[in-house]
Amino acid sequence: MTFASANPAAGPATSERLPVRLALIALACTGLAILVIAPLVVVFAEALRDGWSAALASLGNPDARSAIRLTLTVAAIAVPLNAVFGIAAAWAITKFDFRGKALLITLIDLPFSVSPVVAGLCIVLLFGANSTLGGWLVAQGHPVVFALPGIVLATLFITFPFVARELIPLMIEQGRAEEEAALTLGATGWRTFRTVTLPNIRWALLYGVLLCNARAMGEFGAVAVVSGKIRGQTATMPITIEMLYNEYLSVAAFTLAAVLALLALVTLALKSLLDRQHADQIAAIGQP
Amino acid sequence: MHISIEAIAKTFGVTNALHPVSLSIPQGALVALLGPSGSGKTTLLRILGGLEQPTAGRILFDGQDVGRLSVQDRRAGFVFQSYALFRHMTVFENVAYGLRARPRATRPAPAAIAQRVTDLLRLIQLPDIGARYPAQLSGGQRQRVALARALAIDPRMLLLDEPFGALDAQVRKDLRAGLRDIHDQTGLTTIFVTHDQEEAMTLADLVVVMSMGRIEQIGRPKEIRQAPANAFVRAFIAS
Ligand SMILES: Nc1ncnc2c1ncn2[C@@H]1O[C@H](COP(=O)(O)OP(=O)(O)O)[C@@H](O)[C@H]1O
Ligand SMILES: [Mg+2]
Repeated sequence: MTFASANPAAGPATSERLPVRLALIALACTGLAILVIAPLVVVFAEALRDGWSAALASLGNPDARSAIRLTLTVAAIAVPLNAVFGIAAAWAITKFDFRGKALLITLIDLPFSVSPVVAGLCIVLLFGANSTLGGWLVAQGHPVVFALPGIVLATLFITFPFVARELIPLMIEQGRAEEEAALTLGATGWRTFRTVTLPNIRWALLYGVLLCNARAMGEFGAVAVVSGKIRGQTATMPITIEMLYNEYLSVAAFTLAAVLALLALVTLALKSLLDRQHADQIAAIGQP
Repeated sequence: MHISIEAIAKTFGVTNALHPVSLSIPQGALVALLGPSGSGKTTLLRILGGLEQPTAGRILFDGQDVGRLSVQDRRAGFVFQSYALFRHMTVFENVAYGLRARPRATRPAPAAIAQRVTDLLRLIQLPDIGARYPAQLSGGQRQRVALARALAIDPRMLLLDEPFGALDAQVRKDLRAGLRDIHDQTGLTTIFVTHDQEEAMTLADLVVVMSMGRIEQIGRPKEIRQAPANAFVRAFIAS
């Protein structure tokens, strides 16, 4: 915060002159329009190019339905699991002292720095039919690669950081005192978690889950490698969109893309609603 | 309850927070742990409450070794330095927390819990704030609510970490008297941490002067004032 903005009597927050400010605002708006709004508009315009009925008809296609079902299934499995993993990691990091804590914090960020394609390849190497583990799993009738488990694994890896990253700063800021107080009052560890820790992080948790969900539904690279892109079976929405587009079925591609974009927009709307109502907690500023 | 601290030591990695310290606290005493910042007062208090495990030594409550007793089973009424009130609960819920956390067999009925909370809020002279949240209270009110919450579990002793630390002078004076009253009414063995020698001298029956993880002197305020055990104590109580 600048000195000027801390003091309401000192006038505007910055000393920039009006033309400079207008130029900066114009630049930001142009950037936003070109990079964010224009693509969204194009997606919806292309989807509706042949009218509503053509767009809706393309959604009736069994492959499109299968893609939507698969994407929702994967998100429904991966997001709750990562919420649990994220809470566990954040809890361990912020409430306990142990060896290797710094390493754990670094590892949480790994999925952000590793290319999704590389992550997908690692899963194929580990669980593919040519590996010992993968060969055994295939023999048992539970293939991982080119099947739902592989897609879920890839999505889990890619979206792992979102919940933990959201919770760690807040939980560090809140400290351990309230948990310790609950323990001295006779509460068990589980009760303390349920009645003290969880309520204190609930908005940040929901926020992290929404981000995690948005990414889980949109993930392309890692899933493209592990899924084998089998139409109607292992092709998720992003992958089906790419395949349809490559086959010049642009109404179908863009309609599916519009559905994905709508899901993302709903997530974004929920997120900003949360932002407005619980900005204090999400920004890791506790009350008392 | 009589508390016996026998050669308790604590190290954090390379930091020696407590050299072996020994101390006997008679039933019903009001004791001050007095010393400058970093002298190991909080560490000793947390070890008593079971929040920290000592590196060596043992603690007896009425002659019983409590080394194996969990935090929950020690039943120490602990008042934290920043009070650690549950921010998402009302004052009522805060005070009721310990009673509601009891196993079903010993948990009082809701009506009995409500009655107990009402009595405690009256005891701390804040009968009308049950519906408020901690963020809506003044510092002094928070401190008293933290005390009521600790008393609700019918504790075996009271442990308070710098209970008046963050408050202004007048509020401090009032709350000191309040703590004395509550101590006299309940008869609970009470240990509080402070770095303010005047506070320790005016409030406590027994003052334990600490410095750098060691106990420098144990005595009644008068004894310490009249016969400081060494140069450190003399300089510290003169400040
Ligand atoms: N959890 C901890 N980890 C590492 N060092 C600690 C920890 N708690 C206390 N210490 C160290 O132990 C010493 C005594 O601390 P403390 O008991 O908090 O002192 P006081 O309450 O008298 O100010 C200090 O040097 C402090 O830095
Ligand atoms: Mg301290």
